[in-house]
Amino acid sequence: MRGINLHGIWAIYRTEMQRALRTVWQSIATPVITTALYFVVFGAAIGSHMQQMGGVDYGAFIVPGLMMLTILTQSISNASIAIYFPKFTGTLFEILSAPLSAFEAVVAYVGAAATKSIGIGLIILVTATFFVDLEIRHPFWMLGFLAITSVAFSLFGFIIGIWAKSFEQLAIIPSLVVTPLTFLGGAFYSIDMLAQPWRTISLFNPVVYLVSGFRWSFHGVGDVSVAASLAFMTGFMAICLAILWWMFRTGYRLKP
Amino acid sequence: MPPILSISGVEKHYDSGLTALGGVDLAVRRGEIFALLGPNGAGKTTLISIVCGTVTMSAGTVLVAGRNIVTDFRATRSTIGLVPQEIALDIFSTVWNTVQFSRGLFGRAPDPAYIEQLLRDLSLWDKRHSKTIELSGGMKRRVMIAKALSHEPELLFLDEPTAGVDVNLRRDMWALVRRLRDRGVTIVLTTHYIEEAEEMADRVGVIDKGRILLVEDTAALMEKMGKRRLMLELQQPMAAIPAELQGWPLELQSDGQRMVFTFDAHGEGTGIAALLKRLGELGIDIKDLETTRSSLEDIFVSLVERG
Repeated sequence: MRGINLHGIWAIYRTEMQRALRTVWQSIATPVITTALYFVVFGAAIGSHMQQMGGVDYGAFIVPGLMMLTILTQSISNASIAIYFPKFTGTLFEILSAPLSAFEAVVAYVGAAATKSIGIGLIILVTATFFVDLEIRHPFWMLGFLAITSVAFSLFGFIIGIWAKSFEQLAIIPSLVVTPLTFLGGAFYSIDMLAQPWRTISLFNPVVYLVSGFRWSFHGVGDVSVAASLAFMTGFMAICLAILWWMFRTGYRLKP
Repeated sequence: MPPILSISGVEKHYDSGLTALGGVDLAVRRGEIFALLGPNGAGKTTLISIVCGTVTMSAGTVLVAGRNIVTDFRATRSTIGLVPQEIALDIFSTVWNTVQFSRGLFGRAPDPAYIEQLLRDLSLWDKRHSKTIELSGGMKRRVMIAKALSHEPELLFLDEPTAGVDVNLRRDMWALVRRLRDRGVTIVLTTHYIEEAEEMADRVGVIDKGRILLVEDTAALMEKMGKRRLMLELQQPMAAIPAELQGWPLELQSDGQRMVFTFDAHGEGTGIAALLKRLGELGIDIKDLETTRSSLEDIFVSLVERG
């Protein structure tokens, strides 16, 4: 065997995807129902009392933010559980003893988690079309942002899964950090609506850049420039890769 | 041909200050069954975990079939199979899927015919569609073995293969290990059951407190260190060894009802005939007699105590 262990990457990727298919109802029904509920509450109940925002209907306006909210939490939880669970049950030994490099393991696990997130993101998009008229200005950019966000936050989730020593720790970052930041990051409003100093403070919220870039790909307008969004995502991904590289090199919480 | 496994100067120190291995040198020959014998906490599992890549060594070099396990890990790990002590399975996966997964993980293309034969050999074929969570303990252990063999390794590590296993399964396990050896697989097993090492192994390495105390052919070890004893049940209890028998390696047991004669089975003449003749001359009557040989266990205890 030379070069890359493709059979190994495929074995992990396939097993992870099979795991999602075993719980296909949770995997699909949850985002569909959640999205529908958001549209009922924000779109129909509240949106009907709201004017257009940034030149689009409020219902259409919240679609990118809603997708982001789910993609972030799903990427993190999928990737973190994928590595935490083998650690918890002891089956990690097999991964560690396999002729598989750290890079290959990350490609397989993060690839599977990101695939699921992209799938869920697209399901939400399709669900949304039942509630609002959607026009996507830059479809390829939209798919690009969807993919890069899914990968970046799956990497982040993978780090959390390695770091976590308990199920509590596994849940703490998504629920205490990511979800609040997403809600405050302009998922359901434009930060232009905020009074100072909150508008400036919001610019320190990383999720603002994700939502803004994504919204730009839909409606052609965002809170910050597309370049800033792209720079942020690339930087975030680079930091995650650097941390993972260090974790595998030192065996941090993976092997003694 | 280089040894299939060559370990030199391997140390493992934990951050806590614990030294699990303090400089281990060991060579395992191709095609043999090698038993690594030692009490709990001796460093057996740490040593094989280092070879398999699940623990990072602090110092030393390990070669598998002449290749370095750190710089050439792809080549070495694809030739190694590991059955750990603890059963750890993806409980929602079926037997077939989890064994298939292991083969792929170790870089091999799917080979349903091989996996089928493997599962049949391990009496798991009927259970191939069962989830591993539904299996009995003995079956789960066999699934662990099937996973370790799924990529056709040349070197198989069995960490405490029969710990907590009933007698029948232990016999099956031993038979399986012999069949694997006949196919050319080198087997390294750790155990603290002396009888297992004595029964199975071509060679035995004794490890304690992170150091190898000795490595020897099992038979040679028995020969070199195995003393035999002749137990004589006396008709009349005896208070002390009679003066006429001073100079013989004798001792009394059971309140003087039993006389024990220790002899070297491989020396020139065991001395049994001479002793019995002498006893007859002295008029000491014997009810019953029996000879025993010391087991590996006795040898092991004496080694560990000395070490």
